[in-house]
Amino acid sequence: MGLVGETVDSIKSIQIRQLLTQAIRLGMIVTSALIIWKALICVTGSDSLVVVVLSESMEPGFQRGDILFLHMSKDPIRAGEIVVFNIDGRDIPIVHRVIMVHERENTGEVDVLTKGDNNPEDDRLLYAKGQLWLNRHHIMGRAVGFLPYVGWVTIIMTEKPIIKYILIGTLGLLVISSKD
Amino acid sequence: MHSFGYRANALLAFSVTALAFICAIASLSDNFSNQNPSAEIQILNINRFKKQSYENDEVSLTLDITADLESLFTWNTKQVFAFVAAEYETPKNSLNQVSLWDAIIPDKEHAKFRIQTSNKYRFIDQGHNLRGKEFNLTLHWHVMPKTGKMFADKIVMPGYSLPDAYK
Repeated sequence: MGLVGETVDSIKSIQIRQLLTQAIRLGMIVTSALIIWKALICVTGSDSLVVVVLSESMEPGFQRGDILFLHMSKDPIRAGEIVVFNIDGRDIPIVHRVIMVHERENTGEVDVLTKGDNNPEDDRLLYAKGQLWLNRHHIMGRAVGFLPYVGWVTIIMTEKPIIKYILIGTLGLLVISSKD
Repeated sequence: MHSFGYRANALLAFSVTALAFICAIASLSDNFSNQNPSAEIQILNINRFKKQSYENDEVSLTLDITADLESLFTWNTKQVFAFVAAEYETPKNSLNQVSLWDAIIPDKEHAKFRIQTSNKYRFIDQGHNLRGKEFNLTLHWHVMPKTGKMFADKIVMPGYSLPDAYK
């Protein structure tokens, strides 16, 4: 009985140690990814760093599933820039081009009108009720770079959440079961 | 160490890294291309110049736009978005930019063009400051790459002006 008890104890202790090591390893990976993410947000000045293009309103330049890299500098907003903005009350950011700018003399405040390249009309229909212009605080960033197709992963995971769970589950299993 | 899982993982990691590297190089190569686009715009006619019912000036004009943007196209270019904007100053606003016309140029063959068109978008001021107003017409272009960094520039053509009275 004592021998069995000892063996059981030693097995348990090994497993706990391995489990803890695995958990710490996982935690390190997650937190270093988070650190890199937050640092990039700090550097680019934009809250979200990367956006996935969800609609066809900027075709043929940006297709659904492309990702855009954002940067927000203090430079004034000028016509032609592709900006990402949020409408009050909606949480999906919209990526369109600025077609009209009116900048106030003294305060530097700016009224901006946007339009998707592929849309026939400007975005006034999309703005909140009674809103005619966007201001600087609506704008989250300017699109400065672009990678095609990479965003499909996010679109698939959003539209079919099952795939997201499967993916995270598999990754978790792989990390836990790798014992080196 | 030689299981299928490890090999698949190593292959995936390597291919993603290689792809990212290739995209970055493609984008960098755009910096070395020599670009000298040219353009000329003439205003053919001022069609309409009136005050809208709620007090903002509106102009409708016909433009003759000639441009040669062929040198902007590199092997990494997906399309060039070109637009013409009117820029002017008013007492209330230090800068106003109003886009009048735009076009998507999908390839080099379409990059040298001349068109005559009335303004695609309405030229409306915030207020009624446009009588006799002098303004610049700028041709902006925005190069959208197949991968990587987008860049934009413009040609400013000053010296246009609107009539002193509504018509």
